[in-house]
Parts: sequence; structure tokens; C-alpha cells
Amino acid sequence: MGDTGALARRSALVEGLRAYRLIAGMWVRSSMTYRTSFVVTVFGNLLVTGLDFVAILLMFSQVDSLGGWSMPEVALLYGLSATAFGIADLVLGSMDVLGARIRDGSFDTLLVRPAPVLAQIGADRFALRRLGRITQGAVVLGYALVSVDVDWSAQKVLLVPVMLVSGAVIFCSLFVAGAAFQILVQDASEVQNAFTYGGNTLLQYPPSVFGKDLVRGVTFMLPLAFVNWVPAAYVLGRPYPIGLPEWAAFASPLVAAVCCASAGLAWRSGLRSYRSTGS
Amino acid sequence: MKPEPVMDPFIELDRVEKVFDVRKKTGFLKRERRQVRAVDSISFTVARGEMVGYIGPNGAGKSTTIKMLTGILTPSGGRLRVAGIDPSRERTRLAHRIGVVFGQRTTLWWDLPLIDSYKLMHRMYRIPDGRYRENLDRLVEHLDLGALLDVPVRQLSLGQRMRGDIAAALLHDPEVLYLDEPTIGLDVISKAKVREFLRELNTERATTVLLTTHDLQDIEQLCSRVMVIDHGRMMYDGPLAGLHEVGESERTLVVDLERELPPIEAGPARVVKVEGPRQWLAFPAAESAAVLVARIAAEYPLVDLSVREPDIEAVIAKMYAEQAERAERAVS
Amino acid sequence: MGSGRLYLAVAVGGFRRYATYRAATAAGVFTNTVFGVILVYTYLALWDEKPHLGGYDQAQAVTYVWLGQCLYATLAIQGGGAEKDLMERIRTGEIAVDLYRPADLQLWWLAGDVGRALFQMLGRGVIPFLFGALFFPMALPTELTLWAAFLVTLLLATVVSFAIRYLVALSVFWLMDGTGVNQALMITGIFFSGMVLPLNAFPGVLGDIVRVLPWAAQIQMPADVLMGETDPLRAYAFQAAWAVVLLAAGRLVQSAATRRVVVQGG
Repeated sequence: MGDTGALARRSALVEGLRAYRLIAGMWVRSSMTYRTSFVVTVFGNLLVTGLDFVAILLMFSQVDSLGGWSMPEVALLYGLSATAFGIADLVLGSMDVLGARIRDGSFDTLLVRPAPVLAQIGADRFALRRLGRITQGAVVLGYALVSVDVDWSAQKVLLVPVMLVSGAVIFCSLFVAGAAFQILVQDASEVQNAFTYGGNTLLQYPPSVFGKDLVRGVTFMLPLAFVNWVPAAYVLGRPYPIGLPEWAAFASPLVAAVCCASAGLAWRSGLRSYRSTGS
Repeated sequence: MKPEPVMDPFIELDRVEKVFDVRKKTGFLKRERRQVRAVDSISFTVARGEMVGYIGPNGAGKSTTIKMLTGILTPSGGRLRVAGIDPSRERTRLAHRIGVVFGQRTTLWWDLPLIDSYKLMHRMYRIPDGRYRENLDRLVEHLDLGALLDVPVRQLSLGQRMRGDIAAALLHDPEVLYLDEPTIGLDVISKAKVREFLRELNTERATTVLLTTHDLQDIEQLCSRVMVIDHGRMMYDGPLAGLHEVGESERTLVVDLERELPPIEAGPARVVKVEGPRQWLAFPAAESAAVLVARIAAEYPLVDLSVREPDIEAVIAKMYAEQAERAERAVS
Repeated sequence: MGSGRLYLAVAVGGFRRYATYRAATAAGVFTNTVFGVILVYTYLALWDEKPHLGGYDQAQAVTYVWLGQCLYATLAIQGGGAEKDLMERIRTGEIAVDLYRPADLQLWWLAGDVGRALFQMLGRGVIPFLFGALFFPMALPTELTLWAAFLVTLLLATVVSFAIRYLVALSVFWLMDGTGVNQALMITGIFFSGMVLPLNAFPGVLGDIVRVLPWAAQIQMPADVLMGETDPLRAYAFQAAWAVVLLAAGRLVQSAATRRVVVQGG
């Protein structure tokens, strides 16, 4: 029984990825029918997402350190968070239209297709213009990696890609959990933004800037700190923002897996409530 | 040739219920919770190859039933099977065997040529290449889509888009097709095309069809059986003619004669109005209009005529009133 | 004043339309509060490092943050006000209907946007501001005159904000697609209004430039008036001057655009 269950889950995953690829492809083709718009939005996306970093640049034009962190150190935080968030945004960034889809009834048309709904809604309005955010984050990350003063070891080098992947998964979980919440409250896509975009903004600044309670909250309750704060502190040879054991820097994949599972449960119960209440 | 309808119950509903919790604002911050029975203990079976009309006023529970049949909604009670599958438990497995057309909501890709939407269906439903090509050719021919395949969907007219949607729902050879208001908003010619296609689909390919509609002509021209639902309850299940009997409804024949004449005398029909050379005859909706028309044409100098259908809403309203009356009598 | 009543009715309509989205408003309050908290901490760190940056002390910097969150939706800093509907109507050609209305096109849209702004202020802006005042040290005046002067600058800020968005939205008459325009509005709105950093904390020449651009009328001016950092009359003059220039420019472009519609035959 356990075996067939695992098999069914795996095939659902494969089916989901396949459906995602098919639908995302259709959206890419659709966006290409308005070529100038596409070019304009790619460029615009790059600029919009760059504004966060401009804020940091402006601050450092006035001071040499922020919360005791230097410019390259903050840039490292920024680059890690922005790139991880950019990946999640590219993959699942349109999940905030779910509420609108439920309201106009088009969500029902997805439920009669032979593919997992999460994959279909995840691929909804897939847009390559979101590569702008990843590009911008990666450029800052590149600058930070070469200018930051670090004694690189194998572990530290390894942590960089681990942070990006785990971070992207953690942000993806937020998008999915937010979508599940929208099934209950359809107009509330902004609540999701508070956690996704808000979380991304939070992580772009040093943890020393924020109140201890806030840091504790985003370490233990909503474990955003594992996107970059904790592992990046290890890389930079700084104390952890909060008393944690040494190995915590390597716990990000584990935290990401837990986030992923919780988001999956939230999504399932959200979908179940939709199908029993028919919002 | 119409295949013999096999009497295996393809769709089975046994006392199916759907109860919604509705929260209503009754004042500032005060809310009242109330349960609404959108579908109230409905039972019916549909055999493979049947074409059934499912009608009722707005909010009667039609859409809720269709949503349960397709697995979008989970019933609150009762037993429901489609092709032996419990739709809400095995929604994606069932999806391969059903086709759904939502009348007012296209599933086609707005900015892409029509053919692209079909290519997506091809891959999403994993339709074997040969069968896909065969089905596509057939649907393109029957639904007259040849010239439209390369046109972006946003440029199609409502009728063209509906035909496009129907084709999209049939590419994977579903055993049953659910149509939600397939002719709503269409012009007369498009309606005729859609109806003709559905008739062929049902007779030639024995596809089971369940359609909800406001348009009684859809039912009249397509369905041998009709189910009427109101307030979540089944009011009637049987042939269309029987519905007219139950509702005691009448159709009206409007006859234009060459000159003013005394009221026409023709069997079950009775003249209800005369205005110069034009006369209105009411006759039981179950009677054949053709026989009546033939008789009048043989005996009177006929210029023109038209048949007015009874209003379905009126028929249902009448049925409902009668039932309420019976219930009242039973109580007293 | 029959026409006055007409525009009042339009404004009430704008207010009501946004008032129907209760859950969205509540969600917006939450989001603005979260962003406010994040920004407050970063600003406190910045002002810790460099006290009196831009002439503000820490409490003033905090006040600026919460005022920014309060005005974010009110002034449609990143777009999403009347100009969004206007662009859509131009794109679909429905604008032709508006031209036949016995009302001034610009005033019509202004009235609707003022109604919207008032709702966003009361429904969405006030609560984060109060939250900020409750949990963080803020530099709020006790003199009623300053609050009254502040309300006047808010009204002028609303007009300037509308005038910018209206002018930009009209470009859709020529571009026929609002995507790029929306993004341009968003980027300039966020940056030049001082959502990323108070304009008076911008360094050097860049600071000198951004402080005279029309966007300075949106958050910086009301903030400075509220905290007694500038003479209200000077702020009014600055805001009114930009309002007049931008509204006049809007009218010019509008008449060119409507001629175009007439030539195209609607």
C-alpha cells in the first residue's frame, strides 16, 4: 500500500511537471504575440526589481555600514535573497491570480483537466520577463562574491548554490501557501505579497537591523532566516543572528523540505475546502 | 445507423446532495450562517449513448450537479458514479473520459491560433498521434473550422469560438460530453450548426450528452429525455412531450390567412385570438404541429404561419405551483 | 452649481467602488503594515549610523515611513488608480463614449480619482499609520494648525499625483498598449516619490534634482509640513505650481488625442 502510494505521488509529480511545461510554453508563445510589449516588460522588470538595490546604494552613499555590516556583505544578503526569490517568482509568481480565477469561474475549467491543478495554476501566466529579477539579483550576487572579504572553504563555496536552491524552494512554498489562503479569501492576494515580497525585502538587510522578536519569528515560525541570514552569517564568519548551533548553516535544505511539505498540506486542504464549498 | 442504446447506467446518482454554508451579513460585523441545499436528494441514471437535457431556472442546482459529475465539487451526501468512477475521488482519471464545455467561458488560448489550443489538448490528454489527427480532421470538417485554425482565438466570433470549444472538448474521444449552455448568445445559424453537430455526435458516435440550457429549442431538437430541476429537487424526468403534459403547457400556432375568416376549427387546437386575417391557435404542446398545419393548409387559404414554443420558465413555474398546491392539500 | 454636483457624484462613485473590496482592503492594510515595520527598522539603523540625515531625527524618519505606507495606495504611488481604467478605455476604444459626455474629461477622471484616494486613505492608509504611532516613536505635532495644513497638502498631493498619471496614461492613445506605460509609472513613482528613501536623504546633485521634480509633491511635502520642517505656504506653492503645469499639459495632450479619435472616426 505504501509502495503504490509513493508510486502514485511520484507519477503525480512527473505529470505535474509535464503539465507545467506544456502550459508555461503556451504562455510564453502568447506573450510573444506582443513582441514590443515583451521587450519593454523585460526591461521594466529589470528596473523595477533593481529599485530595492538602489535603495541600499543610496543608503551606503550616506554611511559606511548598516547595522554593522559593510556594503559587500549587505550585497551578499541581497544577491542571495533576490536571486532565490527571482527563481521562485519565475516558477510560481503568478499564483496570486488564483483568487481572480476562482471569482470568474475559470478555476473550474482547470479542475476538469487530467493534470494536477497545482501545476496548472503554478504555470498560469508564466512570464519570461521575470528573468529580469533573476538577472538583476545574480549581478548583485556576483559583485558581492568577488568583493566580500571571506576566507573561502569548500563548505562555504558549497553553501552558495545550496542557499539559492533552498531559498527558492522556501519562497515557492510561500507562494503555494498564499494561493491556498486565496481559496478561502479570494481578494486577499496582497496578504501573500506581504510574505513573499515583504520577506524578500526583509532578507535584503542585515538581521542586526531588526528587533530580536522579529528575527526570532522569521527563524523559528516562518523560517525565512534560512534563505540567507543564517547560512550567509556562516560564510561571512559572523555570529548567527540568534543563538543557533554551528550546523544550523547547513540546515536550509531540511527547512526547505519542511516548508514544502507544509505548503503542500495547506494547498491540499485549501483545494478540499474549495471542492466541498464551491466558492 | 443509431447503435442500440446499451442499458448500462453510465451516469448514476443516488440521493445525491450538496449543501452549502452561506454566510449572510445581517448587520455591522454580524453574520448569519445558513445552510442552502443546492442539490437536494437527486437520483437519476443516464445510459450510455443517451442525450439528456437538464433544465431549470437560474440557481436551481444545474451547475452544481454538473460540477459534481465532473469532480469539481464533492457531494455532501448520496452516491455518484460516472463510468464506475467516483468523480470527486478520481477527478484526473475521470478527466480522460469526459469532455466539458462551459458556455460562457472559453478554455481556448486567447492570443494564440486555434490550432495551438488543440495541440495542447493533444499532449495534455496524451492522445495517440493517429487518433488525434483523425479526430481533428473529423471535427474540423463537421464543425466547419478549416478556415479558423490559424486565426487567434480573440478574433473569433462567439459562434466560432463555441464551435472551437466543442471541438477542444472532443479531441480525446470522451465517452460523455457535458455542455453548459452551449447555444447561449449565439445567432440562429450558429445555433443550428451546433445542434446539428451534437445530433450527429450522439447518433453516429454514441457519445452520451448531458446539456443544460435555457433554450427549449435545444432540448426539443436534440433530446429525447429531459430532466427538470428546481430548488435543488428533481421536478420531472421523462420525455419532452410528457413535460408539456405535466406542465399542461400549450404551444401557439400563428396563422396568416388570405382574408378575414371566422375562427378556424381544427381538432385539439382552439382559437384564442383573431386580428384581421391573423389567428392565434393554442394546442397542447405534446401534439404534433405538422399534423395540425397540414390539416389547416388543406382546408384554409394559408399565407404564412409560425409556431411559438411554450416558455420553459412558465412551464416550470406552473409545475412548481401545482406541486405546492398538492402539498398544501395533503397537509389540510 | 449643477456641474459641481455632477463631479461630486463621480467622486462618491469612485469612493464606493473601492469600498466594495473589503477583503482586498484588509489585505492591503496588512501588507502596508508589514512593509512599514521592515522599513522602519532599516531606517532606524541608517539614522543610527548617521543621525540627522536629511535634517530628520529618528522619530521623524519613522514618521516618514508610516506616512509613506499611508499614502502608498492613497496616491497610487505605483499606479493602479484612475489611470488604469483610463488606459483600458483608450485601448478598447470605449473612451469615445466618454467624449460625448456633457462633462469635462479631465475633471471627470480627477473627481473619480479623488473619491478613490479618499477611500484608500481612510480604509487602507489610516490603520498602518496608527499602528506605527502606537508601536514606534513618532514625531507628530500637537498643534491643530499643522494638521490642518497637512490636510491641505494631502489634497494638493492627490491632484499632482492624478495629473502625472493622467498625462502619462494619455500616451496610450498613440502606443495602444499600456504595459510599458504602467511599468514606467511604477518605477518613477516608487523612486522619485521617495518610497525607497526620503528625498531629503538623497545625496548630492541627485538629491537636488529629485527634490524639485513633481513627485516631491507627493510624500516629501506632506511629511515636511506635518513635521514642521517646511513652511506650509512654500509647500502649497510648490504643489500648486506642479499641479497647474501638469494639468495644463494633460489638457494639451488630451485635445491632441481626442482630435485623433475624431479623425479615426471613434
